[in-house]
Amino acid sequence: MSTDSDGDNVLVLTNLTKRFGGLVAVDNVSLHIKRGEVFALIGPNGAGKTTLFNNVTGLFQPTAGRVIFDGRDITGSKPHQVARLGIARTFQNIRLFDYMTCIDNVRVGRHVRMQAKLWDSLFKTRRERREEVRVTDEAMELLRFVGIQRQANQYARNLPYGQQRRLEIARALATDPKLLLLDEPAAGFTPQEKVELMALVHKILDRGITVFLIEHDMKVVMGISERIVVLDHGEKIAEGPPEEVRKDARVIEAYLGKSA
Amino acid sequence: MTDSAPAKRRSPMGRLRLRERMRDRDQAIYGVLLVAALVYPMATLFASGGSTAYIAQAAHAGTWVLLAIGLNVVVGFAGLLDLGYAAFFAIGAYTYALFASSQLSASPLHHNFHVPFWIMIVLGMFVAAGFGALLGFPTLRLRGDYLAIVTLGFGEIVPQLSFNLPQWTGGINAIGGIDQPWLPAWITGPWAGANNVALIQNSTCRNPLAQTQFIPCFSFAFDPIAFYVLIVILIIGAVILVTNLYRSRLGRAWMAIREDEVAAAAMGINTVTTKLLAFAIGASFSGFAGAYYGASFDLVSPDDFLFVVSITVLVMIVLGGMGNIPGVIVGALVIYFVLYTLLPSLASNAESFANNFGLSSLTRQNGEWPGLYAEVQRLQFLIYGLILVLIMLLRPQGLFPSRIREQELKHAVSQEEGSAVEEGVRV
Repeated sequence: MSTDSDGDNVLVLTNLTKRFGGLVAVDNVSLHIKRGEVFALIGPNGAGKTTLFNNVTGLFQPTAGRVIFDGRDITGSKPHQVARLGIARTFQNIRLFDYMTCIDNVRVGRHVRMQAKLWDSLFKTRRERREEVRVTDEAMELLRFVGIQRQANQYARNLPYGQQRRLEIARALATDPKLLLLDEPAAGFTPQEKVELMALVHKILDRGITVFLIEHDMKVVMGISERIVVLDHGEKIAEGPPEEVRKDARVIEAYLGKSA
Repeated sequence: MTDSAPAKRRSPMGRLRLRERMRDRDQAIYGVLLVAALVYPMATLFASGGSTAYIAQAAHAGTWVLLAIGLNVVVGFAGLLDLGYAAFFAIGAYTYALFASSQLSASPLHHNFHVPFWIMIVLGMFVAAGFGALLGFPTLRLRGDYLAIVTLGFGEIVPQLSFNLPQWTGGINAIGGIDQPWLPAWITGPWAGANNVALIQNSTCRNPLAQTQFIPCFSFAFDPIAFYVLIVILIIGAVILVTNLYRSRLGRAWMAIREDEVAAAAMGINTVTTKLLAFAIGASFSGFAGAYYGASFDLVSPDDFLFVVSITVLVMIVLGGMGNIPGVIVGALVIYFVLYTLLPSLASNAESFANNFGLSSLTRQNGEWPGLYAEVQRLQFLIYGLILVLIMLLRPQGLFPSRIREQELKHAVSQEEGSAVEEGVRV
């Protein structure tokens, strides 16, 4: 489990760089995420954390470097291809399908694992109807998993904030990911909700899904992640287990500024 | 017309209350429409003493209904604003007109084709869908307004081409002499064959009510009723297929793209092919609407496919309730009625109204005043505009909106008042 051999790494980034004109948002970052762990990415605002996520999920094309997922080079793949291969994500600013019901949001997540072709959909073939029933059950199961089954038929936009975050996780899980990217899942949560979130992350791990998260809240990060990478101005400044990272001088400096 | 109880067995969860309610209203509309479609020909035949003019008009309205259903897939489901939809209608109509008339013998091909309607309607569908994909392929990377402008351009190019390629399309002279759909003798009756044209013309076939004895007579050659039946069948087929799509994997993908393209892509939806499919499927409906139009009007002219056609179809779906199929059908019928019945007869109605109430002085020309008839005729499109504005003021979400649109509009106001929407990732 904790060996460093390649077969155990679900995601490997090598010298990943992303430039926007003159701005270097991600600067030569290498890291590897082991199967079945919770890996956290932290850093001050503007450190390039979300940009790194976007490079992994295909929203951005890296300027340089490689993204290896499950032993396969996915550098420069399109977002939908990345999702198909097994990386799912949530967004920092929740991006649900606002005017679709919760169950439909999750069923969209299931899209990529469905077989129905245009012909099946047009003529409601037996195969299509069976698949719809199955997918609806699976979607319902996922809503139950994140605890919002009672809101199944409400529009996503009408859910309270915390439930929207949960729905986004359910939608991501519906794609059957091997790796789940959570972009600040606890942002704006009450302490109670944060505890619930941590429990949910553990339940996700139990399903055999590796979790890679960006988080600001140190309690959450320290509480659930096994390893942490710290970014500052696009550069990796520290990596290691939470206790070590917390004591790292450069990390303290990045967060609190140089002591005078 | 009776509505069966909401289909409980369909929902494995047994608690899709909102959706069931929605289906109920929509099913009620379908029921009314279906009964109306059945009663209408008999009622008008009876009321007008056997004239089939009203039926012919209804069959014409049906073309617009088909167009509206098709454009609704593109605009209502997938959220892609298409301002050149008439181009696909034109492509369907010309495809049929060229391959089912003598037109091509005058073209550089020097050979004419008479492919049967039943083949051409399918072919027209595929040709239009092909052009839809062709237009979509380079343009669907564009978003919103930019896509609208490109489709607008395409909608201009197609009628211009047909104006300016007279050796193929007949240009301004249009294509006439288009073949009628042909039915086997066991439907038309053996006496309706090509050799018996005179017999049919003289027979009571054209006027079913005046028939003294039962003669099954159903032929496209002389009978608008046949076209009416055909368009009703086509519409029913279209509604079933589009409803199936709406409730499928593909329909959800369209809606997801409409709501948030980035999130949809992150969920594994190939946004390019999915949008392309919306374009192609939307176009295919106007493709077979075009083939039907060519056959029923017997004349295909570039004037029939100008920008105003695209806009009229758009008005129909916006006014009917974008995204909701029964709403869109009602919208198409309402606009058709206003445009083709209400407005043209408005001037003479106003005149007789004035005469009846002793205001006949109004009807006479007097100095600057051109007379009521001329004045009302001049104001026709102002009145049309007023009707549209009035409907949109009274029902901004359309006559029968999908529940989604209703919500969107309700929340639009509160959202504007709220804090500025944080911008997420944009590519």
